[in-house]
Amino acid sequence: MSTEQTNSVPASKSEPERTQRPGILRRIGRSLLHSREASIAIAGILLVIYFQSTAPVFLSPSNISNLAVFAATTAIIAAGEVMVIIAGEIDLSVGQVYALAPFVMFYSHQAGVPYLLAIALGLGVGIVVGLINGMITVLLRIPSFITTLGTFFFINGFTLSISGGFPVQPEADPVIVTLFGGNALSQFLWAVGVTVLLQFVLVKTRWGLHTIATGGNPIGAAEVGIKTTRIKIGNFVLCSMLGGLAGILDCFRISSADPLAGGADIMFMAIASSVIGGTLLTGGSGTIVGAFLGAVVLGILKDGFTLSGVSAFTFDMILGAAILLTMLINVHLSRLRAAGRSV
Amino acid sequence: MSQEVLRTENVSKSFGRVTALRDASIRLMKGEVLGLLGDNGAGKSTLMKILTGFHKPTTGKIYFEGQEVELKSVSHARSLGIEPVYQDLALINEINVYRNMFLQKELMRGGFLQILDDRTMRERAKEQLKEMGVNIPSVDVEISKLSGGQRQAIAVARSVYANAKVLLLDEPTAAMGVRESAMILDVIKRLKEKAEVSVIIVAHNYAHVFDVCDRLNLLQNGRITFDKATKETSIEELLNLVLHEMREAREQIRR
Repeated sequence: MSTEQTNSVPASKSEPERTQRPGILRRIGRSLLHSREASIAIAGILLVIYFQSTAPVFLSPSNISNLAVFAATTAIIAAGEVMVIIAGEIDLSVGQVYALAPFVMFYSHQAGVPYLLAIALGLGVGIVVGLINGMITVLLRIPSFITTLGTFFFINGFTLSISGGFPVQPEADPVIVTLFGGNALSQFLWAVGVTVLLQFVLVKTRWGLHTIATGGNPIGAAEVGIKTTRIKIGNFVLCSMLGGLAGILDCFRISSADPLAGGADIMFMAIASSVIGGTLLTGGSGTIVGAFLGAVVLGILKDGFTLSGVSAFTFDMILGAAILLTMLINVHLSRLRAAGRSV
Repeated sequence: MSQEVLRTENVSKSFGRVTALRDASIRLMKGEVLGLLGDNGAGKSTLMKILTGFHKPTTGKIYFEGQEVELKSVSHARSLGIEPVYQDLALINEINVYRNMFLQKELMRGGFLQILDDRTMRERAKEQLKEMGVNIPSVDVEISKLSGGQRQAIAVARSVYANAKVLLLDEPTAAMGVRESAMILDVIKRLKEKAEVSVIIVAHNYAHVFDVCDRLNLLQNGRITFDKATKETSIEELLNLVLHEMREAREQIRR
């Protein structure tokens, strides 16, 4: 891949006529370099081939559904996280909203609210948390790392308090259960839907453009009149709401809500997916599809290692190394891309 | 070139005990390019910030198109057609040229999601840049891929497209090489030919902007000490004024 690119640099420099058709290999090489999503997708395919060759059950239906579920939950949360990161902030509390939302839903239903409305209330608590995160960060000028670290602990304590520390088992209508993530397919479709919608919002709508502008050049964006505070708060709300959605979907699938579920673990998985997928923590640049693929690759790694008998401890070591490696590749690739374009 | 666009009358500005600007009176005609020259701390930025609506003058009056105005804020000044081009240019590196040109004034295909009309924005940006003689490889490249001069030119084009009547350029050639400066000065010259937009260029390196300005004002210690048409003066005359000021300053330090 890299040799392809280095070859093409002097070639495109020498002659201005771009009509000349580059070779098919070179074109593929170039599009790989120019799209972060493609490189991560290829990594995923290679991993699938490897694991399938070491453990033939890897591509069995039951394992695929295992994989889909993990990837879906992570991808939904990562989609929101990417928007917050592009806007130049970070949300550490999203994993706690994941735990809280199903309880809000469960208790509202117990209080007599029909399930559809109870689900909305569960998502509503996500909106409230997002508003709090955003307003404290933007209006009181506290770094979002600190704000959401605070709400991370606060929400965890709150969920434990209202639940007494015990899990609950919601029993909803089978149709609602199936619609809201009751099985692997339903959950995966939610993840795909969220990813497609948010990727569209990011690259094709005003909100996405202003989000990139806010994270890329906060002062400049404000100078042209973009309401950067509104953009940031809005993306915090979106992220928390998606955290709540992921929690509710998981709750219906395993028909249980655990106050200790999610938390730091799922939040870090979501951030890791975003980073592996090509989102820069510095703001102004990122991709939702990339984060989705990042979540799938993480799922493949986790699942594959489990099947091959690698322990969870080793998995974490490999995950850590994978994050560092992808960052190295990302940085290196950006440099190559820059070299390729500055003609 | 007879119509007056912008005029200040004895504008002063003090910050506590410090008087940054004393009785500054400037006058800008339609289609004119006025150079506001002076050393660091001479009061150029203060006068500029008063014109953008960022600072309010302590005393003095401002007239816009013959009417006395009180510039309440930057956005108020903008709504009148006074467009500042800041030194940081307010461009977003991660976004392509045409989307930057329409930033916050995006064309949309409507709907709840506010979908961007990329095709039209792209075409119009292309036209506008071509008309202004701004040469860039493509309107699809990210701003980060462009040179300083190209960015400056795009920022100017954006303001002109936003129907600017008065363009305030803050040190447009600062930190720029000769070729880069030439590019941006070229863009200003083209604007001048059309004579629709008036420009104030703030610069401390007057050699750069000398050619492009119709008239030059020199600010020294918060006062406007010099106001001549470019034709009637020379770089030497300006240089002598500044040297004189330097000598006096040196004398004062000795005493």
